[in-house]
This record gives sequence, structure tokens and C-alpha cells, in this order.
Amino acid sequence: MDGRYSRKEEMHPQLLDLNHMITDERNWFAKKDDHNLGDEKKLELRLGPPGVEDWSVTDAHKNYKSSQKASHKRSAPAPVVGWPPIRSFRKNIASSSSKQAPVSDSQNAIVSNNEKMVKNCQKGFFVKINMNGVPIGRKVDLNAYDTYEKLSVAVDQLFRGLLAAQNDTSGVRINGNHEHEKPITGLLDGNGEYTLVYEDNEGDRMLVGDVPWHMFVSSVKRLRVIKSSEISNISRLGNKQEKSKV
Amino acid sequence: MTQSFPEEVLEHVFSFLTSHTDRNAVSLVSKSWYDTERWCRDHVFIGNCYAVNPRVLTRRFKEVKAVELKGKPHFADFNLVPEGWGGCVDPWIVEMGRVYSGLEEIRLKRMEVTDEGLEMVAKGFGKLKVLVLASCDGFSTDGLAAVAANCRNLRVLDLRECEVEELSCHWLSHFPDSFTLLESLNIACLSSEVSFSALERLVSRSPNLKTLKLNRTVPLEKLSTLLQRAPQLVEFGTGAYSAEGLDAYSSLAEAFSGCKKLKSLSGFWDVIPAYLPAVYSVCSQLTSLNLSYATTQSPDLSKIISHCHNLQRLVVLDYIEDTGLETVATSCKDLKELVVFPSDPYVADANVPLTEQGLVSVSQGCTKLHSVLYFCRQMSNSALVSISKNRPNITCFRLCILEPRSPDYLTLEPLDTGFGSIVENCKQLTRLSMSGLLTDRVFEYIGKHAKKLDMLSIAFAGDTDLGLHYILSGCDSLRKLEIRDCPFGDKALLANASKLETMRSLWMSSCFVSFGACKLLGQKMPRLNVEVIDERENLNSIPENVPVEKVYIYRTVCGQRFDMPDFVRIMGKDKADVYNLS
Repeated sequence: MDGRYSRKEEMHPQLLDLNHMITDERNWFAKKDDHNLGDEKKLELRLGPPGVEDWSVTDAHKNYKSSQKASHKRSAPAPVVGWPPIRSFRKNIASSSSKQAPVSDSQNAIVSNNEKMVKNCQKGFFVKINMNGVPIGRKVDLNAYDTYEKLSVAVDQLFRGLLAAQNDTSGVRINGNHEHEKPITGLLDGNGEYTLVYEDNEGDRMLVGDVPWHMFVSSVKRLRVIKSSEISNISRLGNKQEKSKV
Repeated sequence: MTQSFPEEVLEHVFSFLTSHTDRNAVSLVSKSWYDTERWCRDHVFIGNCYAVNPRVLTRRFKEVKAVELKGKPHFADFNLVPEGWGGCVDPWIVEMGRVYSGLEEIRLKRMEVTDEGLEMVAKGFGKLKVLVLASCDGFSTDGLAAVAANCRNLRVLDLRECEVEELSCHWLSHFPDSFTLLESLNIACLSSEVSFSALERLVSRSPNLKTLKLNRTVPLEKLSTLLQRAPQLVEFGTGAYSAEGLDAYSSLAEAFSGCKKLKSLSGFWDVIPAYLPAVYSVCSQLTSLNLSYATTQSPDLSKIISHCHNLQRLVVLDYIEDTGLETVATSCKDLKELVVFPSDPYVADANVPLTEQGLVSVSQGCTKLHSVLYFCRQMSNSALVSISKNRPNITCFRLCILEPRSPDYLTLEPLDTGFGSIVENCKQLTRLSMSGLLTDRVFEYIGKHAKKLDMLSIAFAGDTDLGLHYILSGCDSLRKLEIRDCPFGDKALLANASKLETMRSLWMSSCFVSFGACKLLGQKMPRLNVEVIDERENLNSIPENVPVEKVYIYRTVCGQRFDMPDFVRIMGKDKADVYNLS
């Protein structure tokens, strides 16, 4: 194990005493390059201080310095990423609540729900989807679809292969061999082996397809593909019991 | 060499060393001390999860009870680290689950935590007592449900400032009815409703509950119910502090007055000033008060603060104004820490009369003040000099003048002398964040005087590489340096390469560090990872002298990461650059 070492010993031999160089009039200037190649002398890359010739002022740097002076005067702040350095949940405090005006709880809930919905629409609204009999879950972006039909097709695509792998007892799976994969159909009309259900924002389990699509998206929290034969079981036991199992 | 003390004696001596820096120092004395120490260290702190890897941890330490891990660099808090960068805790959980069956405490900061990871924690660590997730993301309420359902010994569940995917309000119900050990619950970061009945039942059956921090959706009318069930609370965070009418007032005031041990209050979203006096009965007990979500005017804030004579920590918005800070200076003589956040950070002109004067007042009146985080719109060198002379005991000074490169508003000069005075007079300064117009000169002062400085944050400052060189060559204790939008380039970095191995990490974004320099540094310094974080396309065709978007350099004993997204490259570790292996 290394003990603490003196910094001086670790310095590379070519490092000079920089202090006396600094007291010279010379300054170290960085070259500001964007994707501009030109005939720039290649930056000498060595683990030592720059030679005398590297310290000259370039045009690029002169421009940078004068633009610095221009920004000294107070101007309207342009939006800069990550500035000022505050966490995102601290932004918009002044605008999101009114000073001293009574704000009812339902207003708060609506505001926060709306914010969430906007957030969902902007980011891609991913919900979990599990299928009975398949141990691995998937996630599906509900913003990518606008009808139940398209969602149903997507669910088939997500789980067809996984279901086949689960049911394949031979233990041998040849990549690209899709012979044993059965399409998953009838998710919405009750005619298929499986049915699509979802859990809404009140924790209740609902059949997919009853309400307009946008209403579904605004209240869905997660999806499940269950065996159609289980539906009668669920309605007998009641929603409350199922909530804790989801 | 034979050892003079038997191992048991050494172990006993070591058991008095609780700080990890002491433990680390002790382990460097000799091989036998290293071996003795590693067998008896049970609290491990890893400040950068990529400095080591899970196997290194489990190979060295055998019986760990508490682990603390940090992932993303600090600037991730301000969205400067792209999503998907890394810092996932799952591999750690897998490995620790294999070896540390007795693990009791897990503390994570800025790490990506998945639901699968939380399930592994819940099922793999039966003795888990403490789970603290600070500024973490990647998990949902499903993961929390797994923790609630399975961690039979949990005392502390603290989700501070996490981003949680809120799929269900019922995760709290997963704590079994027989579970009565809860001591601390912090759910303030959740934005959706939680089931109040589950919360109420949980609080009712937790006689040891000392900390309860609710989220915004818990209505004020329900607070008195909770406080009556838990009058033993020491730390309490309200939800939205508003209601229609004043009916709830008297029961709330009575409930607060029953909390004889209450020392810390927070929450206070959407404050109705008429309800503030409900807390007056506990104000004189308070050592910590966080009103940073309270959008009330200065007179109301001042009134409540004037009752808080024992306050040590105050977090407020700039609505407090200079006059409110004068009240702080006269009323809160024990104040140690002051934080003032901006209410409207994106508006150019000040709409609140909070200036440098407020901070000067507090520095004059509060003799124990040692930690400051202050957002304002104007500053002067004379104010900074006064502050430094008033309070040479300051250890943490973070000043953010909202407009980048703002000069001294009185003289229009750079703020070099002001900050220079801070580092010269505050000799115990360990943390500094600067802003405003600053030239290379301020860095000369810092390099010369700030010998105890541990962490430095710089933005929109400096003129040339000399600035960076002063810092790296002068600050003997520097461990964390983070820089954005400064004209620092390759020269200072390469000239001080060996310094980087003595630090935990260096972050530079929107500076002038070139691809070529990063590659060279990575090649020459095997114990550093030089991570270039760059989201531009066709990176392979960008010439070597072009600056990178972001570079994150940290010391490591493990070399390569294997979980990098395509916008992260570790430079210089192969003959060619190392690209993503997907």
C-alpha cells in the first residue's frame, strides 16, 4: 500500500518551477476551438507547462475576451442549462402557488395532476405491464399509441416470444426460430385466451377498452395480461383483495 | 516485524475510531494494522461508486453492517449529467447480498435504484434497519412496497429529494399490521397522494416514531390527527399548510403544543399566514426550521422566526428580505447554518428586497454562523470583506449571484478581493462556491490561502489556464473540484496531472479541455478514469484539439467501467480510445 507521498516527488521531472514564469508578463491563454479546424498548430500535449511560444494571444482568444467585457453589463438572463444551481423541485415556487391566497386542496390536486399529465405527455409515458405466467415484466410507452387496437398489437409483440420461451420445455431455444410462437389475440374482446386489464389511479382493476383512449391514458397506472378464465374469479373476490397483490 | 500489540488490543483501540478518514489512515500504517482494521471495520463509506467495485469491497471487508455509497457527480443535481450516465446500485446489492447477510444500514446518494434492486434489498437483508435514499431515482412505489412488506426490522425509511415513479398510493399499506418499529419516515418528495388511512394506522402503531416528513398532498386538516397520535415527534414536516376557513386552527395549535420534544419543522407548502401562529408554542424549542416552500411575505416569516430563539438551522426563500434577516440576526443567536433560496430565479430584476445586506446583518449578529448558502442578485467586495471579518469561523460559504459574471454592483469591479478576503480570513473554510465576475486573481488568492478547502465549485469565472493552475497547485486539501463554463483548457490540467490522483474527482463542463488532452491524461495516469461525456454525433470524426462537452476525472482502483452509455467514453485506456462495448 502506498503511504502518503510528497507531491514534489511525484511531479514529472520536466515540470519547471512555474512561479517565476508566472511573474513574467506572459499569460496562459486557452485556444477556444469549436469545430473550426483551420491551420491550428497542434496543441503540444505533454505533462509539463507550456513553452514560451504557446502563451501568445490568439485572435480567437481576443474575441473571447472582448465578448466577456460586453457581457459585464447587466442584460436579461438567457436561459442557461443548470443555472442557477437549484434542484428542479425548487423551480417555479413563486408561480406554482399564489402568495397568501387561500388555495383549496382540490385545486392543488388538479394542478399537480395536470402537471403530471403534461410531464407524461412530454416524456413518453411508460407503464409496467406484466403477463401471468411470465416472470419478467415489460414497459410500454402509452404515448406511442392512440387506439386500443394498436396497444393490443404492441402487447402481442412484447410477450409473444417470452410466452413461447416459458412454455418451451425442451430447453433448447434456437435464435430466430419463431415456429412455436403463438400470437396473442383477443385481448380486448374477451374471446382470446388472455385479456388485458389495468390498474387505475384509485387502485381498482379495470377491463381495458371501456372508456375513450385519452381517459384511459390519464388514469392508467399499470397493465396486466391475465388469463380470461380468471376474470370471473376476480369479480367474485372483489377489487379490494386484488389491490394488495398488484 | 513482530507486532507489539495483540490483535484484540488493536481492534479494541480501533473501535473508538468512527470516522472513515481515521479508519483509512490507520489502515495505511502497516500491513498488520491494515489486516486488523479490515476485519473489524463494519461501517464503510464509498464516496465515488466507480472508485472501487463491489468485489473489491467484499474482498476487503468481511462483516459490514452499514454501507454508504455515492454515485453521480454533484452537478447531476442541476441536470448537467445526462440521463443514463450510470451509478446504478444493483450490482452492489447483488454482491453485498451474497456476503453481508447482517447488513443493517444502506445509505445511497445520487444513485440509480431500481425496483428490482429494492426487492433484492427487501428480501436479501433481513436485518435491515436503515434505508436512506438521497437524490436517487429509477424506482417506483412498487419497490417501496416490497421494502415495506419485507423489511421486518426497518427503523428508518428516508426518501430525501428522490424522484419516484408513483404508480400507486397504497404502498404504505404493505407495512404489516404487526410492524411497530418505525422511527423515521420521510416521504416529502412524493407528489401524489398516499393513502392517509394507511399512514395514520402506521403512525398510530409506531411508538418510537421520531421523524415524520409528510408530502404536499397531506391536507392541513389531518395534521392534528397525526400529531395527536405521535406527540413524541422530534422532526415533523407538514404537507400543504393551507385550508379553507379557520376551523382547523384550534385543534392544530393544540396538537402542536402537545409536541414537547419537537425540534425541527419543515414542509409548509402553500402557506396561509393565518395558520402560522399554530406553531408558536413550539418555536422556542426549534433548532431547525425549513420554510423554503412557504411563499409568505417577510412580516409573517419574521414573526415566526422571532419566536425561534434556539434556532440553529434556517432555510428560507428570499421573501424573507433584508428586514427579515435583521430579525434573524437579533433573534437567533445560536444560528449556525443559513440557507436562502430564490423564489423567482429566472426573472432578471429583483422583485424582492433581498440584497447582500441581509447576509451581512446575519454575519454580524449570529456569532456561531459557520455555513451559508445564499442566492441573491447583487454583491459587493465590501460586503464580502465585512462578512469574512465578522465571521472568520465560516467553514462552508456558497454564494450564488443569479446573473453570471455580475461585478461588484457598487464599483463594477470583479469580486476577486471579496472572495479573496473570505479565503484569507476564514481559515477553516472547507467548502466554497463562487459566482459573479471573477478573474484569475481570485484563484491566486484561493491557491495561496485556502489550505483547508475540500470542495470548490466554480462557474463562469476566470480568464486563462492560470486560474485552474493556481487551484490545483495551491489547494492542499482539495478533494472535489467542479467547474462549468470557464476558459480553462489543457495546459493546467496536464501540468497538474498528479494532483488529480490525490482528489476524489474533477468535473469540467463547457470549458476548453480537448479530446486529445483527455486521451493523453488517461494514457499517462492509469489510476485515473478520464470520462468524456459528450452527446454529439460522430464523435469519432471530431479532431483531437476540439474541446469536449464534459469531462469527469476520478481516481479509481478498478479502471474500466462496464456500464457506460454511448455518450460516455473512458479515454486513453487502450491503444485506441475505448469505445462502448455494445
